[in-house]
Amino acid sequence: MNKRGGEGHPQKNGNAAQHCEASPDLSSPVIAAFKVFQMELDAKHDKYERLVKLSRDVTIESKRTIFLLHRVTSVPDAEAILNEADGKLSGVREKIGQIAEELRGEDIYQFHRAFTAGIQEYVEAASFQHYIRHRSLISLEEINARLVFMTGDEGCADTPSSEPHVITFQVMPADYLLGVADLTGELMRLCISSVGNGDIDTPFQLSQFLRQIHDGFSYIGNTGPYEVSKKLHTLRQSLGKVEDACYTLRVRGSEIPKHMLADVFSSRNTHMDPEEAVV
Amino acid sequence: MSVSDMFSYIQGFLSADQDVREEIRKVVQVLEQTAREILTVVQSVHQPSGFKDIPDKCTKARELFGTVRTHIADLKTKFPVDQYYRFHEHWRFVLQRLTFLAAFVVYLESEALVTREEVAQILDIEVVRDKGFHLDVEDYLAGVLIMASELSRLAVNSVTAGDYNRPLRISNFINDLDSGFRLLNLKNDPLRKRYDGLKYDVKKIEEVVYDLSIRGLAKEAKSDQ
Repeated sequence: MNKRGGEGHPQKNGNAAQHCEASPDLSSPVIAAFKVFQMELDAKHDKYERLVKLSRDVTIESKRTIFLLHRVTSVPDAEAILNEADGKLSGVREKIGQIAEELRGEDIYQFHRAFTAGIQEYVEAASFQHYIRHRSLISLEEINARLVFMTGDEGCADTPSSEPHVITFQVMPADYLLGVADLTGELMRLCISSVGNGDIDTPFQLSQFLRQIHDGFSYIGNTGPYEVSKKLHTLRQSLGKVEDACYTLRVRGSEIPKHMLADVFSSRNTHMDPEEAVV
Repeated sequence: MSVSDMFSYIQGFLSADQDVREEIRKVVQVLEQTAREILTVVQSVHQPSGFKDIPDKCTKARELFGTVRTHIADLKTKFPVDQYYRFHEHWRFVLQRLTFLAAFVVYLESEALVTREEVAQILDIEVVRDKGFHLDVEDYLAGVLIMASELSRLAVNSVTAGDYNRPLRISNFINDLDSGFRLLNLKNDPLRKRYDGLKYDVKKIEEVVYDLSIRGLAKEAKSDQ
């Protein structure tokens, strides 16, 4: 017994270290350092989560705007829908303003993954609305020009100088590109549904516009980010559908009375789909 | 602006981006080469003969860090400083290795955990993001974790070389480190994965200490001191 006690003694030193592990005391420089890291990491993760949440909101609202915009084909008063979409989009921009606020003073690329999905969806919605209104592609500058926010009233809360400051959100070219790639899918849907309403001109305009975009993407090729080349495949499918639709209109359009056109068209489309799946 | 104008504008942007990445990749390759050289130097402490001239090896490694500093200075000129995280992936790996090497050298010299400031000083970079090219906290922690597994190896080899004292000191150090990491709330990311390996290092060192204690070798070492 005595001997054991004697043996236990030299190990006291080791035990002291174990003890400090059980209840970390601030005196250890290692623990003190890790407390700092803990705070730093937690702050970063919290910010990331907030951005993800904002990005989700942006995605959902943008998707709803796109659904709304698809109704233009079936409603006589297109302008009213476009104005309603404007209202929705300015709500989305408000959210993006919050994202910009979160990113103030940060390296925007550090948190890029948190909000890229939302921004892409916004680009899709904004460019879709722009196309319906102006029949042209919205430029990156035009998108960025709208993402300028004033934070005057909040400014006096956190900064002593109550002068309003301007924050801008810059959409990255890669996000813009991916958003435009998604836009083509919406345009394809717009094309098909506009035929359903007996609109003969829109499909031809759309096929021309889609071809231009397709040429643009082929020009970029694989210099872009990896996701772009993935989307290029889907883009090709959309273009194929629209081109086929135009072909059908041209060939059969002159033969069939206008009111029956939609029927012919939709039936052709349905048995076109399985073919597409094989390609 | 027509569609094709827009796309050629974007294309210009993308190819400029690629050029920058190409430049960065070249410098990082050289950095990796130097990091391997340092590793060869410090790794020789595992040799039985290596235990005798640890200070010598640390000096040699410190000299090589001078080369690292010039390469990092070169790297800093390759991209705008506020776009650090845009190209982070390119040097993340090598920066973690260099942190590990710096931490290992500092441990061999003083048996203390290198601080983030010290690493930044050795590599001639910053700690705070606003000041320029900096050491990300996650990269620092990853480097420290690599060192932990190197130390568990060192504990084993120091016993083989007849140094029975070192494993006990390593054990204390690693336990301290482990309790430090336990303070962190890690997300399910690469750092977390690496942290999960720490317990095996701790276990390994504890086994070595146990083997020494049960044979009375640890006591012998203590009285030698």
